[in-house]
Amino acid sequence: MNPPPAVEVTRLRKVYGSGHTEIVAMRDATLSIAPGEIVGMFGPSGSGKSTLLTAMALINPPTSGQITIGGIAVMDGPRALVDLRAFRRQHLGFVFQKANLIPFLTALENVQIALEVNDVAPRAARKRALELLDYLGVGPRAGNLPVALSGGEQQRVAVARALANEPGLILADEPTAALDGPLGRQVMELFAKIAHEKNAGVIVVTHDHRTLDVFDRILDVEDGIIQIREDSQPAKS
Amino acid sequence: MNLAVRDIRHNAGRFAFTSVGIGLLLMIVMGMGGIYRGLIHEATLLVDRVGADLWIVQGNTRGPFAEISRVPASLEDRARAVPGVAQARRFVSHTIQREHEGRPLRMVVQGLSWPEDRGDWVTLVAGRPLRQAHYEMIADQSLNLPLGSRIRLGKDFYQVVGLTRGMVGSGGDGLTFFTVSDAMAIQFDQPGEATRLDRAARRARVEAVDLGRLQPLQLERAAGLAKGIPALAPPQVSAVLVTLQPGADVAAVRRTLATWPDITVYSTREMKDLLLAGMVDKAKRQLGLFRVLLIIISTIIIALIIYTLTLDKIRDIALLKLIGARNSVIGGLILQQALLMGAFGYGLAWWIGRYAFPRFPRLVLIDPADLVNLAIIVVFISTLASLLGIWKAMNVEPNTVLSA
Repeated sequence: MNPPPAVEVTRLRKVYGSGHTEIVAMRDATLSIAPGEIVGMFGPSGSGKSTLLTAMALINPPTSGQITIGGIAVMDGPRALVDLRAFRRQHLGFVFQKANLIPFLTALENVQIALEVNDVAPRAARKRALELLDYLGVGPRAGNLPVALSGGEQQRVAVARALANEPGLILADEPTAALDGPLGRQVMELFAKIAHEKNAGVIVVTHDHRTLDVFDRILDVEDGIIQIREDSQPAKS
Repeated sequence: MNLAVRDIRHNAGRFAFTSVGIGLLLMIVMGMGGIYRGLIHEATLLVDRVGADLWIVQGNTRGPFAEISRVPASLEDRARAVPGVAQARRFVSHTIQREHEGRPLRMVVQGLSWPEDRGDWVTLVAGRPLRQAHYEMIADQSLNLPLGSRIRLGKDFYQVVGLTRGMVGSGGDGLTFFTVSDAMAIQFDQPGEATRLDRAARRARVEAVDLGRLQPLQLERAAGLAKGIPALAPPQVSAVLVTLQPGADVAAVRRTLATWPDITVYSTREMKDLLLAGMVDKAKRQLGLFRVLLIIISTIIIALIIYTLTLDKIRDIALLKLIGARNSVIGGLILQQALLMGAFGYGLAWWIGRYAFPRFPRLVLIDPADLVNLAIIVVFISTLASLLGIWKAMNVEPNTVLSA
């Protein structure tokens, strides 16, 4: 039996404002990402990429449409079908343009906190956080505060935090925008590795066309409409 | 993982400075409570130590601590005649201010009923009680009069033969003990010219009436010593203190004394209550209002600081929400910071107070029960102060983390 899609979006529509100020940011978007698949989402500013991503992140409820994550229906229009915060901590991982590490926590603690809020015991959380930092090559920097880490190291710690609870879906919003070319590519390759090794669906919003080869599939978003690029192939599920 | 402690560690300087500010405010709150306790202690010290069972004061007055009370010195002898009375002593008390070695010297002059009372009940830290009827005094250390020193009061010099510690009057002025006659001499001392004018006035009054013409010898009397004139009242004292015989019926003695219309009788308890209800009560209310104001100010300051600290972390809080942290984790972070700030401030207030309060000019008496009460108040106001920050944090949307 095939595993359920990492995320499935059906006829998702998002409208900001009303009347004369109404803006349709997403028009009946339908999308399915398989576990282990890494998808790149491209498009100009204001095209609706972030709207789609934040809707899937369960922090920006759609006006209509359904979102199903890991086979669990979570949103039906603006109505939440589950406890969204609990669902986020158990099933979703986030990486942003900026690492957004908590400045008063060390690299290790930044990862550990994601586990502890998910009720993992402190000792087990610490062990798992150290393993993840080692996996991402920043183990030796575990005791450093974010301010002492380079941009690339910070982003790796953020990725480790996103992976902490072994989410079925990782959402990344321009994760390489603040990094230089080689470092950006390294991070993208890391996402691909995570998708394939951890069997997680990964959606990356990016403008960086030099990393096209990393993605299993590429989505172009323009005026709230999603188009699958013809030269990209959906992953096997 | 304790987020509050880690955030404080990261912002140690700001937290420390804020805690110092809160601590100083709380120290003032603590100190005001101590000043109030000190006022009560000082006000009731003499009443407690003097060891009287009953106080006989001028009729229809509240006694020498509340208003002017004048009773004849001979009342002492009348009181002794009442069954059940073991001892009756004259009580003279008044405050004077003199120059001594170029500085103002303010003291409460207390008369001891010599020879029955030589001040043996006064706790001395140096020297001895009074040994002669005149020109000796016992002084409190707060007056800075060394043992053996001589001080001129009125027309006479008095030698300090004993020293007490912490014995001050209700106004905070150091107590001094003299024999009653010396205390009265100090109280009624007047310059020679005033005495001469007084005699001339008496003579003029006698001359102005028939008495002077019919009895010329009265004119000589009028110009003489005041104590040689029977028509003039004898010296008066502030009160008479009564000590009862062991096993005597207090109520019976009071009933007897109550039949004398020229006096009013109070027990020691009643005298203390009058003291506290009068002078100390207003100070209590004044200090109480200041304490309430300072507590409100402390609450507002803690609230604003916690709110500012929360605003500084708003993205971190949004991130915590995004990764699924429960409200209890976020609220706990803010509440714990407020409580830690209050606790540090309280500890600092207590620590600074230990060194600062003994240097205050008035007694600051810190009662353990007051410390416990203040600790409870600090917990309460810290919790209250955190609510603004918690409210702000609860209203942060997780997507705030994306908006920069």
